[in-house]
Amino acid sequence: MYGFEYHKPSSLDEAAKLLADNEEASLIAGGHTLLPTMKQRLAAPSAIVDLGGIADLKGIREEGGNIVVGAITTHDAVAGSDVVQAKIPAMARLAGGIGDPQVRNRGTIGGSIANNDPAADYPAGLVGLGAIVRTNKREIPADDFFVALFETALEEGEIVKEVSFPVPEKAGYAKFHNPASRYAIVGVFVSRGPQGVRVAVTGAGPCVFRVKEMEDALSGNWSADALKGITVPEDELNADLHASAEYRAHLVGVMARRAVQAATA
Amino acid sequence: MPDSGVSRVLRKEDQRFLTGRGHYTDDLNRPGQLHAVFVRSEMAHATVKSVSTDAAKQAPGVVAVFTGQDMADDGVGSLPCGWVVTDKHGEAHKAPPHFPLVRDKVRYVGDHVAVVIAETRAQAADAAELVEVDYEGLDANADPAKALEGAPQIHDEAPGNLCFDWELGDKAAVDEAFSKAHHVSRLELRNNRLIPNALEPRAAIGEYDPGTDEYTLYSTSQNPHLLRLILCAFVLNLPEHKVRIVAPDVGGGFGSKIYCYAEETVCTWASKKLNGKPVKWTAERSESFSSDAHGRDHVTHAELALDENGKFLALKVDTIANLGAYLSSFATAVPTYLYGTLLAGQYKTPAVHCNVRAVFTNTAPVDAYRGAGRPEATYVVERMVERAARDMNMDPAEIRRRNFVQPDEFPYQTPVALTYDSGQYEKALDEALAMIDYKNFGQRRQESERNGKLRGIGLSAYIEACGIAPSQVVGALGAGVGLWESAQVRFNATGSISVFTGSHSHGQGHETTFAQLVADRFGVPVENVDVVHGDTGRIPMGMGTYGSRSLAVGGSAIVRACDKVIEKGKKIAAHLLEASVDDIEFDSGNFRVAGTDKQKSIGEIAFTAYVPHNYPEGVEPGLDETAFYDPANFTYPAGVHIAEVEIDPETGTTRIADWVAVDDFGKVINPMIVEGQVHGGIAQGIGQALLEEGVYDEAGQLVTGSYQDYCMPRADDLPSYRVGMIETPCPHNPVGAKGCGEAGAIAAPPALMNAITDALGTEEISMPATREKVWRIARGRLAQAAE
Repeated sequence: MYGFEYHKPSSLDEAAKLLADNEEASLIAGGHTLLPTMKQRLAAPSAIVDLGGIADLKGIREEGGNIVVGAITTHDAVAGSDVVQAKIPAMARLAGGIGDPQVRNRGTIGGSIANNDPAADYPAGLVGLGAIVRTNKREIPADDFFVALFETALEEGEIVKEVSFPVPEKAGYAKFHNPASRYAIVGVFVSRGPQGVRVAVTGAGPCVFRVKEMEDALSGNWSADALKGITVPEDELNADLHASAEYRAHLVGVMARRAVQAATA
Repeated sequence: MPDSGVSRVLRKEDQRFLTGRGHYTDDLNRPGQLHAVFVRSEMAHATVKSVSTDAAKQAPGVVAVFTGQDMADDGVGSLPCGWVVTDKHGEAHKAPPHFPLVRDKVRYVGDHVAVVIAETRAQAADAAELVEVDYEGLDANADPAKALEGAPQIHDEAPGNLCFDWELGDKAAVDEAFSKAHHVSRLELRNNRLIPNALEPRAAIGEYDPGTDEYTLYSTSQNPHLLRLILCAFVLNLPEHKVRIVAPDVGGGFGSKIYCYAEETVCTWASKKLNGKPVKWTAERSESFSSDAHGRDHVTHAELALDENGKFLALKVDTIANLGAYLSSFATAVPTYLYGTLLAGQYKTPAVHCNVRAVFTNTAPVDAYRGAGRPEATYVVERMVERAARDMNMDPAEIRRRNFVQPDEFPYQTPVALTYDSGQYEKALDEALAMIDYKNFGQRRQESERNGKLRGIGLSAYIEACGIAPSQVVGALGAGVGLWESAQVRFNATGSISVFTGSHSHGQGHETTFAQLVADRFGVPVENVDVVHGDTGRIPMGMGTYGSRSLAVGGSAIVRACDKVIEKGKKIAAHLLEASVDDIEFDSGNFRVAGTDKQKSIGEIAFTAYVPHNYPEGVEPGLDETAFYDPANFTYPAGVHIAEVEIDPETGTTRIADWVAVDDFGKVINPMIVEGQVHGGIAQGIGQALLEEGVYDEAGQLVTGSYQDYCMPRADDLPSYRVGMIETPCPHNPVGAKGCGEAGAIAAPPALMNAITDALGTEEISMPATREKVWRIARGRLAQAAE
């Protein structure tokens, strides 16, 4: 790890100013991606702006029929939340299946989505529910937020404040984890609700994506059987030591069916 | 041995480990210490044209930067390989030099180019980036199967990358048996490369005292005396009495901490260069991945000849063993004398022939890893036996039963050099079959099929040679050291006991087991006994812990030292009780005049020995005895493991539905500790069979260099094991113990792979049986079934 300055602001505005004043500054929430990268000397921010001191960013609340989760809320807090468990149990299970207890007690929803790791779970949850990402500057629909591999719609100096989830009628998440890293090799989130029927896939491609053919099939017939025979093309999927593109394409179908089977009201 | 010493005593050492009060090497800090960071090769194979250290030397806090040339100028030698293997043409193995810092070439990613020593670790790391190395890249090869076929030449001393071409067994007898065989089964096997991943990374502090000319090395070693011997006699050319090695609490080794490594050598040498400033190094996890000695990595073709009744006639094995880029300390012994000698398994196969070609590749050195050669042998034998049973439509349990060495046939001379001393192989098989309810497996398989799952069952009847080893035998086979063990047992004046052992505990619980052994021998409470290990300054001599030898060899030395204490105690007791020494009996902590109630406790005798006011003439004061024990034979732990799996064909996921282990470790002292060893061994074996593989790409880059990609088994990958034990005491050591540390890692991979291949109906799957590999086969099987 190289040397760096450390700041712990107490408001979003202060954080934004620190970010603007330090060209090579980096925000830190749970730090579970940033710190290992820094330890390996693959990242060298001039300053770290720790969001942990901003009370507004933490917590879960109901607001106008939506569930709003603050950016620095940990995965463990989401998994254990009575509100989330009651209204979107699939999201509680998604959060409870991220990494291991250490990761879940440090990692945050804001950090995860801002990093947009192609194998992270939350992108599937946000896109699969049609969530809204609120920043210090604007609101961004999840469909527009995740742009490409490790790339989001966030602009310079823009900070995720919270995520607003519509409450679905039914939703389910099925994850096929990487046995080493416990990230998703393929994770599929399905839901039916105010945002229509959604099928969002993480892990399989360079960035979370929706499968329109599956959404159409489920719109007509909400059942695992409706998905039989629907495949996704493998040519744009990831391939690595742990899974070929062909295997991932197959798993998208399997996990989509299992997500529908697991879906609860 | 009376049975009173056998009990599930809680581990004495756990108080400090579980409360965070262990003292590991990295916990130690010496006054004025400096920190070392190694500049490592990022290339798999390259000529080093120059190393420029000027900028690094100018960096803040930097005290020194050393290269291989500096060590050469100082006369530092090569890291040796301590076992000379003679090839089939009568020539010694090729032993290219292995310098702690390279002199001309780098040969694997992680190879040591230079060391930067600074006041802080961060300063050393910053400066290490300023060392400029001018490489001329060379083609690399990491694949043992390709090493002999025109791969880039790695060492000038080893033409064609061949270290040795070795054989064992009677080839003519094997060929004769094959020519008459009713059936021949064949298998191509790959034993995957494993990376040890001890919880505690390697670490070292070298400290030289200019006042006394003495060196102290604190190091994560499984065998401090052996490390001292290698370091002094072969590398740094120092007198042993001027070097002390302290291996304090060590967090796991699995073999990877046996060896003499570059880093500890450099820290020790550099401290003298820096006028006695202590030099500390602790591996980062990524360094552990790239530079700890790896394990396994064999490519094997095997054939088994059988008669019409399923009796084995002969076994033929041809193996290419990957030794990596350099020879680690015992690399040559692992794929030879710890491998070929175990190919008879538990069976009366009359003829066995094994040929091993050991090769150099551009990968981390390969040496002993939990089991060391014996897992590779067991994998060949037990996969082969299962294959033969399937080929001949025989029950896999029955084919084993027909070929087992029987209890009345010991000592049993195998065709591959070993003389098995004792065992009850069929009994272990019967118990394991009963535990897993083998006869009703068919019902369970049908139940799984109804749920769309594939179910399989797999056996593994393993044997290992432990208690390493009779010094004369291993000397005749090329070992550069003796493999005895020593112990000192000291009664203190007030009756407590200090035991000094040359064995080293790095997770095995010796402080408890050895204390139980001594407490039982003397008839005193276990709390009265403390075990001291891991310091050449406190322990007379030692050879350390590996090869499941500690209780069988180290424990035997302790028992011999205890017996010397008792013999001396009898003389003192005879004097105090005014009786003849020949009339004194020792039992349950008391010396008694036979046939009377006149007695003295061993505590009273100890006090008298140190306060000898009333004392026998001609007897020395003190009650403190040392013994060396050199075993008469290896020990032969054996047993049967059975795995049952259920495969989800849709995803290829293998669930381990059940696991039974029936092991015969001879005399058991602490069943809880032994079960823990079995559990841990099976976990590592399951890791090898399902999850773990050290992968290098074609350029020689380590692809699995972190836990993101190298898959260690987790609790939720593992079943609840059911462990049974039978006890056939070792007939030739005073403890009766055979050793238990490696058994699980030896037994588990073939059991699991036999279960998976049973479920899939094909042998064509290699370790690790990843979900994708399983899915590809299961998919084909389902498609066939549908047609």
